[in-house]
Amino acid sequence: MTGVTGERPLAGRAPAPGRPGAGGPVLEVSDLSVRFGEVHAVRGVGYSLAAGEVLGVVGESGAGKSVAALAVMGLLPRRARVTGSARLHGAELIGAPEKRLAALRGSGISMVFQDPLSAMTPVYRVGDQIAEAVRVHGEVTRRAAAERAVELLDLVGIPDPRRRARAFPHEFSGGMRQRAMIAMAVANDPDVIICDEPTTALDVTVQAQVMEVLRKAQRETGAAVLLITHDLGVVAGFADRVLVMYAGREVELGTVHEVYARPRMPYTAGLLASVPRLDAGAELPLVPIGGRPPSPAELPPGCPFEPRCALSIPECRAAEPAPLEVFPGHRAACLRAREPGRAPRPEARGAAVPLAGDGPPRPATPVVLEVQGLVKHYALTRGALLRRRVGTVRAVDGVDLDIREGETLGLVGESGCGKTTTLMQILELTRVQAGRVSVMGRDTATLTSRERLALRGRVQVVFQDPLASLDPRMTVHDIVAEPLVTHRRGDAAPRVRRLLRMVGLDAADAARHPRHFSGGQRQRVAIARALALEPRLVVLDEPVSALDVSVQAGVINLLEDLRDRLGLSYLLVAHDLAVVRHIADRVAVMHLGRIAEIGRAGRVYGAPAHPYTQALLAAVPIPDPARERRRRRVLLEGDVPSPADPPSGCRFRTRCPKFKALADALRARCLTEEPEVRPLEDDHGAACHYAEKPGVVQSTAPTTARNLEEP
Amino acid sequence: MAAPPREELAETMAGARHTRVPSRSRLVARRFLRTGQGRVGFALLASLFLLAFLGPRAAPWSATDLDFTAFLQPPSASHWFGTLQTGTDVFAVTMSGARRSLLVGLLVAVLSTAFAAVAGSFAGYFLGWTDRTLMWVTDLLLVLPAFLILAVMSPLFTAGRWLLFVAMLAAFLWMVTSKIVRGMTRSIREREYIQAARFMGVAPPTIIFRHVLPNLASLLVVDATLNVSAAILTETSLSYFGFGIQPPDVSLGGLIADGSATALYAPWTFWFAAGVLIVMILAVNLAGDALRDAFDPDAGRAG
Repeated sequence: MTGVTGERPLAGRAPAPGRPGAGGPVLEVSDLSVRFGEVHAVRGVGYSLAAGEVLGVVGESGAGKSVAALAVMGLLPRRARVTGSARLHGAELIGAPEKRLAALRGSGISMVFQDPLSAMTPVYRVGDQIAEAVRVHGEVTRRAAAERAVELLDLVGIPDPRRRARAFPHEFSGGMRQRAMIAMAVANDPDVIICDEPTTALDVTVQAQVMEVLRKAQRETGAAVLLITHDLGVVAGFADRVLVMYAGREVELGTVHEVYARPRMPYTAGLLASVPRLDAGAELPLVPIGGRPPSPAELPPGCPFEPRCALSIPECRAAEPAPLEVFPGHRAACLRAREPGRAPRPEARGAAVPLAGDGPPRPATPVVLEVQGLVKHYALTRGALLRRRVGTVRAVDGVDLDIREGETLGLVGESGCGKTTTLMQILELTRVQAGRVSVMGRDTATLTSRERLALRGRVQVVFQDPLASLDPRMTVHDIVAEPLVTHRRGDAAPRVRRLLRMVGLDAADAARHPRHFSGGQRQRVAIARALALEPRLVVLDEPVSALDVSVQAGVINLLEDLRDRLGLSYLLVAHDLAVVRHIADRVAVMHLGRIAEIGRAGRVYGAPAHPYTQALLAAVPIPDPARERRRRRVLLEGDVPSPADPPSGCRFRTRCPKFKALADALRARCLTEEPEVRPLEDDHGAACHYAEKPGVVQSTAPTTARNLEEP
Repeated sequence: MAAPPREELAETMAGARHTRVPSRSRLVARRFLRTGQGRVGFALLASLFLLAFLGPRAAPWSATDLDFTAFLQPPSASHWFGTLQTGTDVFAVTMSGARRSLLVGLLVAVLSTAFAAVAGSFAGYFLGWTDRTLMWVTDLLLVLPAFLILAVMSPLFTAGRWLLFVAMLAAFLWMVTSKIVRGMTRSIREREYIQAARFMGVAPPTIIFRHVLPNLASLLVVDATLNVSAAILTETSLSYFGFGIQPPDVSLGGLIADGSATALYAPWTFWFAAGVLIVMILAVNLAGDALRDAFDPDAGRAG
């Protein structure tokens, strides 16, 4: 059937037309196991996919999600031993000859990878690569294939597809590359599309665009989709059914609504309770799952989740429970899955969200950090011998913010908006290009080196990747003791032990090297190091984005607990708006080097005044299928403009849904005048000429924005 | 007996573990000796050292003795490696030359690698004018004809001033390594642990010696071993032309040069010195190869 369907035009086809076997499962996987030597990466996974169905596969890293998918594709390395069965339209794939698998790849099953840059060959044009995918499986002329590539690029929403088809992969932005990958995946009208973390490397706004494209591609081809992700929100919005994996096994399988509303496996419930949610405030602490996933090389004899499970009973340790049908179409691998009246998942969270979420007013404590008109421009130079300046990258272009003692300011925005540059400029504690930074009331431009050293003890930093921020050659003791030794704070050993205990580590861990720790533990070491000098302000640069959700919750709770106990102030940079919502008291939204909106977290999240903030918030998926599908979505079009050449006037106008709706007379102001942050009400300001007072915004959601409300 | 309080227990445990912390070097040593190459190289080097430093004590003749009863004699019971035309014992003089060559090789390697590490890492860390100055010096030394300069300077190396020779040789060996170190420092400099150290107020030289250089250790160790053979070979070739170690000091190069004239009819005057040289270079290269493998971070994780 592949040859026939491959030539049919895509557009205008009803989803899943009367193709052979449309009623039965397209892909049926049963008892799939993968071993790498001693390591049992996948242990008996089974599921079936009907035509047009979307199955979400979730689980922490190392749960075997990707390996299971690659095994179906026959793409695992030779040393992997795959057993079990995977049938595509009844034809066995496991153990099938390479030639048959190669014929099926792309036309029967296709794949969208996480990193679209490495999934495309950099030396060929995008259009040629898509055309190649078309030609591999069909008797198509070169010309027709090229024509088809343009058609496909148009389908995935790439503007000016004919010109873009001739571009090279590096000329595409991340979102566009992922669209092109989707175009390639649907090129041969596959029956199954496997998406392996398709949006993990992308910003939320781009993620929303890509998910939309995926949804469209799925509708157009009627293919079944296997969506592998760790983001419970993405699954909630897109999948029909969800498969939860843990330690290489299925632990729960059911429809999305069922599983999210009534998780029967404690692990699923734990995952759902540990995710910070945009629709919930900071009122309730997150519930982390204790411990860490077992190493696939040394699994316990019983239920692999038992050591971390709050509901475990002695029987759990005896044998691994098989998946049981709890409700029709809802399986869970837990001995206690059928027990009624088990602790329900904390549904209360997120139920009562104060819309204008005021919380307590700003504390009248001293200001620990004040930034006024901060500017950082980089020169773009060309020429090796005679360097001449050809342009300026306006990484940070006039940022104002302040943090008072005990307060947390979250700085959010898409990648490339200048968040990290702002942080680095503050941390340098030197004279800045323009503007003023003052820390603890001291202007950093006038510090002597001795004063600067003293001030460094008051401002500390925690970085994103704990493995990169800890010197691999040093022991944990030496790492945590380094600031103490540098500032000559006496005998370090007892303080190191106290610090390690404070962040929830064992004092005996001090003799080990960072690589012996898990990600969450490493981040705790980094936090201990940051706290060694008893700072007043801690700068957190994406502190949890490299961690798995269940671990992330523990670190977030630790950060909140330490702030409350030690009276710290945080400057938190994160791209995960839900995390910021959970920790921060105030939020500053950055766009292209400038603050777009700043104010109390409850206000900014509850009643965003700037169209950019509205779009950002609308793009964040919520791990609740019912809510996620009812939401209105504001899709931003296009990509972030280059900071080397920002648009005139308002920097957001090229993507602004509000700008598109404005009358021409009103637009003139956006074109010529750069908006400053103007206060809308007490402690809430937005840099938009036409920002409405909060409250009004809700009802006048931008009318031009594509309204994607799901039924 | 009451159990010690928790903190104390933790402390003693930590103390006990602390003695184990240099396990990295032990790990490297174990991995080094596990390979056949490493074992052979190490054994050869060790026996060469023993021979060069202890051998002359066991032998009946010293390097300065002249046996007037035996001129240009083949190896025998009293002269193990035979004698030269002057009646000098070849064994004694070869061991003396090997001693000098080994010392020169090791000293030059350590000096030049240390200098390369410091110059490269400071240039790569500070950039700016430090970088420009250091790299200007590096480029200058790279384009200077080292052999010619050493040859011109050779009259200065007489009468026990071989240490000056070592210094000069080291001065011409560090440049390429320092360029590599500079490049690697520039990338390490952007790592977050360096940033973290900077933001806690650690002084830049301390950062370089505490964080940058230890993370380049594998490169530096490998470079040092390679430099040993490079130095020995350079010294040998200089001495062969008469520009290296000057009499009364002897080196393998000088011996080979002298012996090459009589090699055809009295092969022992040439082949023993040449053989020791070959074994020496082979041993150092074997050990260097094994050491590089032992330092390989990818394989190192397994241990």
